[in-house]
Amino acid sequence: MTGDVAVLGVGLHAWGKWGRGFVEYGTVAARAALADAGLEWGDVQSVVGADTVRGGYPGYVAGATFARALGWQGARVTSVYAACASGAQAIATARAQILAGLADVVLVVGADAAPKGFFAPAGGDRPDDPDWLRFRLLGATNPAYFGLYARRRMALYGDTAEDFARVKVKNAAAGAANPYARYRKPVTAAEVAASPVVADPLRLLDICATSDGAAALVLCGQEYARRRGVADPVRIRAVSTVTPRYPRTDLDLPDIATDSAAAVPEPPVAFRPSVARAAYEEAGLGPDDLSLAEVYDLSTALELQWYEDLGLCAEGEGAALLREGTTALGGRLPVNPSGGLASFGEAVPAQAIAQVCELTWQLRGQAGARQVPGARTGISVNQGLFGHGSAVVAVR
Amino acid sequence: MARTRKPVVQGWFTGDGDGVGDGNGPGSPGFRLLGTRCGDCGAVFFPRVDSFCRNPGCAGTELTEVPLSRRGTVWSYTDGRYRPPPPYVSDPAVPWRPYTLVAVELAAERMVVLGQAAPGVTVADLRVGMPVEVVPGVLGEDAGTVWTTWWWRPVPHDGRGRV
Ligand SMILES: [Zn+2]
Repeated sequence: MTGDVAVLGVGLHAWGKWGRGFVEYGTVAARAALADAGLEWGDVQSVVGADTVRGGYPGYVAGATFARALGWQGARVTSVYAACASGAQAIATARAQILAGLADVVLVVGADAAPKGFFAPAGGDRPDDPDWLRFRLLGATNPAYFGLYARRRMALYGDTAEDFARVKVKNAAAGAANPYARYRKPVTAAEVAASPVVADPLRLLDICATSDGAAALVLCGQEYARRRGVADPVRIRAVSTVTPRYPRTDLDLPDIATDSAAAVPEPPVAFRPSVARAAYEEAGLGPDDLSLAEVYDLSTALELQWYEDLGLCAEGEGAALLREGTTALGGRLPVNPSGGLASFGEAVPAQAIAQVCELTWQLRGQAGARQVPGARTGISVNQGLFGHGSAVVAVR
Repeated sequence: MARTRKPVVQGWFTGDGDGVGDGNGPGSPGFRLLGTRCGDCGAVFFPRVDSFCRNPGCAGTELTEVPLSRRGTVWSYTDGRYRPPPPYVSDPAVPWRPYTLVAVELAAERMVVLGQAAPGVTVADLRVGMPVEVVPGVLGEDAGTVWTTWWWRPVPHDGRGRV
C-alpha cells in the first residue's frame, strides 16, 4: 500500500534499574537500530525523539539530545510529547515526514531513567495542573485508578483476583524468554496472591514497575528499502493518534471527574475502543486479521480491558478469553508475547516504541522462544495521560 | 493561635468547609460540591470551567456556578496502602494509614466524581452501587491552616448503621 512505511531497523536497551542517564540508554538503542538496518548514523535525514525530563514524564528534551549524543550531523529534528503515547506519536511524526517526502530515512528514539516508586507530578504549587491536583487533593496515584477499574470489572463482569493474577503469570512466562525484559522469571498465581496490596484489589505483582529503558526504530520509505535490497520489510500500515470525544464518560487518570453526559449524549464509542477502531480503519483490517497484540498492561486488570477495547472479545468477556488460553503464547491470538509492561516496567517515552520493536521481531520471525508462529499482522495499543491515545498496526 | 480554615482548592465546594453559620455542619444538606453550567447548552462541569464551554458544539462563554447533587452511588472504590508522593501532604514520621478513595456516580449530572472517603470508611464498608453522600472533610493541617475538602460516606440509615 502506498501509505505504508518500512521498518528497516529496531533496537532496545535492556530494561531495568541501571542508575545511568536516559541519553546513554537511548544512544545504545539507536545504535542497535542503525546496526539492524545496516545504516550509518550519517544516513539518517531526520531524528524524532519521544520526550522525557531527567526523571519524570512531562517532556522537555528528546530529539536534539539524541542527535547530539550520536554526533551532530545536521539532520532534521523533532521532539514529541504525548505522555505514555509519546513513542507512538513519534512514530506517527516520522511516518508523516516519510510520506510527505521530507525524509527518506528517519530515526525514532525514546528513552527514560524512571524514578523509583510512584510517578509524581513536577514540583511546585500548580493548582492549574490536573495531575498536581489529583495528588494534592486525593493522593490518587496511578495504581489507585487501576484499582478503581479492577474493582469495577469485578462488580460488573465477575472478574476475580485470580483472573488478574493469570495475566501476570501469562506475561511473566513470555517475559522470561525475552532478553531485554527487566523481569525474566516465571511468576506463579500464589506469588501474586502473596504480594502486598497496593490499591485494593490490586497487589504489587498486578501493577507494572517503573524502569529505565530505551527503544529505537529506523523507518524509511518503501522505495528506499527496495534500494537497500530489503524486498519484504515489516511495514507500518496505520498509526492512530486520536483524542477522546466529548463527553468523555470513562473516568481516567489524572482526572478527578468525568465529563457530564447530561446535556450532550455520550459518544457511541468510548475512548479506548476508538483508538483501536481508528487504527483498524486506517489499516483496512480488523481484530480477526491479527496474529498478535501488544497492549499497555499497566495493571493485570487493564490488560483484560484492552482485549475488549481491541474487539478481541465482547465487553465483559476478557477474563474468559484469558482463561481459555487464547491470549497466551501458543494460543490463537497471543497478547503481550514480549512479556508486556509486567515484564519490562514503564520507561514512559520508550514503551510504545518497544511495542513496535516486538511486533517487528515477531513479524520477521526473529522472536526466538516467544515467537508467534506465522505472524503476519500485529497491533500495539496504548494510552497516554491527558487524553493521548495511540495504536500502531504492522504487517508483513 | 487559632488556625484558619481554608479550602484546599478554591471554589470547588461551599463555604470554607467548616459548616459554622452556614448550615453546612457534618451531614448537613447545605454542603455541596460546586460545578458550573453553560448558559448556552446546559453542560455541567466539575471541576469548574469558567471561561469557555468544553462542549465542542457550543461557543458558550457564560458559565454559572451550580451545586452538584448531594447524593450518588458508588461507581468504584479502592485504597492507598502506600504513602503517595508529594504534593500529597503527609508526615513521614507518622506511620502510614491507608485512605479510601470512592468514585461516585451522580445521576442528575450523569458524571462520576472521585473523592476520599470519610475517615473510618474502608473498602470493606463499600460496594458498587451503594448510596453515598458528600460531607465536609479535612485533608490536613499545618501551623496556621486547616485545609478543608469533601468526603464521600455511605448514607446513614436511621441510626441503625450503614445502608
Ligand atoms: Zn456550552
